[in-house]
Amino acid sequence: MSREKALVDASWVEANSGDPKVVLVEVDEDVSAYDKGHIPGAVRLDWKSELQDPVIRDFVNKEQFEKLLSSKGIANDDTVVLYGGNNNWFAAYAYWYFSLYGHADVRLLDGGRKKWELDGRELTADVPTRAATTYTASEPRTDIRAFREEVIAAIGDKALVDVRSPDEFSGRLLAPAHLPQEQSQRAGHIPTAKNIPWAKTAREDGTFRSNDELTALYGEAGVDLSRDIIAYCRIGERSAHTWFALHELLDLPNVKNYDGSWTEYGSLVGVPIEKGA
Amino acid sequence: MCGATRGGPSVEGIDVAKETVIQGIVVRDGEPVSSGYARLLDEGGDFTAEVPLSATGQFRFFARPGTWTVRALVPGASGERKVFAQQGEPVDTQVEVAA
Repeated sequence: MSREKALVDASWVEANSGDPKVVLVEVDEDVSAYDKGHIPGAVRLDWKSELQDPVIRDFVNKEQFEKLLSSKGIANDDTVVLYGGNNNWFAAYAYWYFSLYGHADVRLLDGGRKKWELDGRELTADVPTRAATTYTASEPRTDIRAFREEVIAAIGDKALVDVRSPDEFSGRLLAPAHLPQEQSQRAGHIPTAKNIPWAKTAREDGTFRSNDELTALYGEAGVDLSRDIIAYCRIGERSAHTWFALHELLDLPNVKNYDGSWTEYGSLVGVPIEKGA
Repeated sequence: MCGATRGGPSVEGIDVAKETVIQGIVVRDGEPVSSGYARLLDEGGDFTAEVPLSATGQFRFFARPGTWTVRALVPGASGERKVFAQQGEPVDTQVEVAA
């Protein structure tokens, strides 16, 4: 993957707005944002009710993903352009899902909903209708997803990148600062992890920093980009954003997202935890 | 400096004794802004969290005690305000934006 392939800007979206094979998909943390207005033609994906299994803690399986995309009118050969609020936080999470299930052409709108909105571009309340498709997903990729055993084994071996805020990393907070403080049993971080908060990869308007800036950011934080990297946060969505920056923009092959993240690791019995900066 | 204006959303249903709440309203020319974002920056100016404003210009963060900056971004304008947050006493602030 390359930056040119993975990211599109607003003018690209406007130029391709009439193309039925280009599907805009809004994915927000605040799922009601879509109702207030969205980019014309965009369909909605609800990260919680549609991308998570309703019973077990896992994301939707292959069959559920196929059913979901079929019902949204997304075909295997469509170009899917994801966007959302908060620097594309949840849109990047969805991007990781689409990649995991082998969608061929998926992209992010640089800057997401925020830049679109702040630039005063058109939003509409009209919900498009797309004819249902028969979507076929691939078996989930395992080269971009890390599980807990691999994470524990990675301590002192692979590069662990904790993308939460410094307060969560040090153990002063258990959740991001705009959410009630709850979840894991213990606070802190995985030993040897470096703390590079996810949003440092983005500018204030939500667009991604340049590849040179990204390389400098991780280099200055002491992350060796030539090693295998595992990114994590609290529930795996902010780290999907960092995964996107490393795997898709910098085109690094050995990057995994640990979606169990701190809510799993911080509740495991007997695993090592570090506190403090 | 802060807490002068009661403009944030209702704290009903929130355990205010346990949480350190920073909330408020974003205004332009004295009127609430209906579209935009509030960003929470830590003492070093680093980004910590971001929320979309409600239709009535309101926002809320759950932070930790200390000094923070709320920065508001709305179409064509921005503004910020420094606040001091304490556990058990929600900060209710007003951020004015200008072009």
